[in-house]
Amino acid sequence: MSLGSSHATGTPPTPGADLPEHPDLLWRDTEPKRTYDVVIVGGGGHGLATAHYLAKNHGITDVAVLEKGWLAGGNMARNTTIIRSNYLWDESSGIYEHALKLWEGLEDDLGYPILFSQRGVLNLAHTLQDVRDSVRRVEANKLNGVDAEWLEPDEVRKVCPVVNTSTDIRYPVLGATYQPRAGIAKHDFVAWGFARRADEAGIDLVQDCEVTGFTTDGDRVTGVRTTRGAIGAGTVVLCAAGHTSVLTDMLGIRVPIQSHPLQALVSELLEPVHPTVVMSNAVHVYVSQAHKGELVMGAGVDSYNGYGQRGAFHVIERQMAAAVELFPVFARAHLLRTWGGIVDVSPDASPIVGRTPYENVYLNCGWGTGGFKATPGIGSALAHTIAHDEPHPLVAPFSLDRFVTGALVDEHGAAAVAH
Amino acid sequence: MQLIACPWCGPREEVEFHYGGQAHVPYPDSPAELSDEEWALYVFFRDNTKGRFAERWNHTTGCRRWFNAIRDTTTYRFESVYRLDDPKPPVTELARSRRSTAP
Ligand SMILES: [Zn+2]
Repeated sequence: MSLGSSHATGTPPTPGADLPEHPDLLWRDTEPKRTYDVVIVGGGGHGLATAHYLAKNHGITDVAVLEKGWLAGGNMARNTTIIRSNYLWDESSGIYEHALKLWEGLEDDLGYPILFSQRGVLNLAHTLQDVRDSVRRVEANKLNGVDAEWLEPDEVRKVCPVVNTSTDIRYPVLGATYQPRAGIAKHDFVAWGFARRADEAGIDLVQDCEVTGFTTDGDRVTGVRTTRGAIGAGTVVLCAAGHTSVLTDMLGIRVPIQSHPLQALVSELLEPVHPTVVMSNAVHVYVSQAHKGELVMGAGVDSYNGYGQRGAFHVIERQMAAAVELFPVFARAHLLRTWGGIVDVSPDASPIVGRTPYENVYLNCGWGTGGFKATPGIGSALAHTIAHDEPHPLVAPFSLDRFVTGALVDEHGAAAVAH
Repeated sequence: MQLIACPWCGPREEVEFHYGGQAHVPYPDSPAELSDEEWALYVFFRDNTKGRFAERWNHTTGCRRWFNAIRDTTTYRFESVYRLDDPKPPVTELARSRRSTAP
């Protein structure tokens, strides 16, 4: 557009005509085709990452990602962005450490800045049992090649001076586990980076496209019905997090997850005061400081089942009480914004990934409160699973049938996870 | 904070209550005869309804008694509460039973 031409004709200038041109779009907003080799339901982090790795690692590009809202507008837009791999059990540290290694090269892979900052994570111990569990987890992490250290209170103070390590508080800090390679990333940029790469590979990202049903033929799903028409599918992958049960109910598959609100919040912008990530199960809060300066905080889920993307205010109040106990310096910070996501919690607090009773439907759910950190790891493992029609070794332990065999991956309370 | 109408105590603040998950999940009639799959379904699998959901609540810091409720999981609004020995209200009667829960 030539600027100022409207002035010459005497008509008023078009509002905004003097602004720079719209930047290039990161992905096409596509109409769905009639059929795809692979249909991924859910355009959040996991769905977009799976699409990217299908193209990059396996050359599979006849793929659609169907998103009922806008890309990465669910939990991907609502999490606290903590990335770590210091889980207790081999199965968990396997998939999360695989993810962390991919995070370490992700900016180069995506050719897009994601502000991945390896500022470390402290998981505080407040009781003797906490200390024993934490030391055990550090040793387990080391055996699994995950960086981990046990820090005494004075060392905790050196890593994060704003943590209250005095001995006269209700839950004194008796030490902490420390994973230096852990950190945070800019969640939106991560999603946009994956979306851009998937789009470049020719994968269709279809927004405003809600799956309303499935067409089946015996043990196979032949396609999905959507608000934008019917779409045929060679393979269907469910990456719908908190809404997984809505989809599996349509398919008649029972999945042992419960959807809960999970709230998070940010303070107003502050000078850099908090150099790392701090989590505490006993006092129940986790805190980091975003690049811009907000304190980002979260805690456990709201107790009841909920699909409302919001939670109860008394839960926020408790989080704040916990945060101020651990960080007295935050007492005068103002709460700026709170929000909620819908997390799909499984009985053993581990994800459910892999085969379903339909031979060409793969499930990826149950990540509960911890799905963001897994994004590149599950994307690559799920893409491998689809490409080879065989669960990747890193996701094989997380099969749906473990609830029948009893081979649970029981991370409830065992990991450094705040539930 | 929302008020929850305990069938015995009347409306109290939500923080007084403890959530108990899906209601009307009967203990198996013949536990010794269940297959592993049937046990898994009983122990681990619960409905995850989006919409009206029949669920259990305990008035933990009040009368400490259990009761059932129909609650909408999209709005979180309680539509009715009823005693454990009451039958599950049919969906068509929800409007009427909602009025009847007002103490
Ligand atoms: Zn009561």
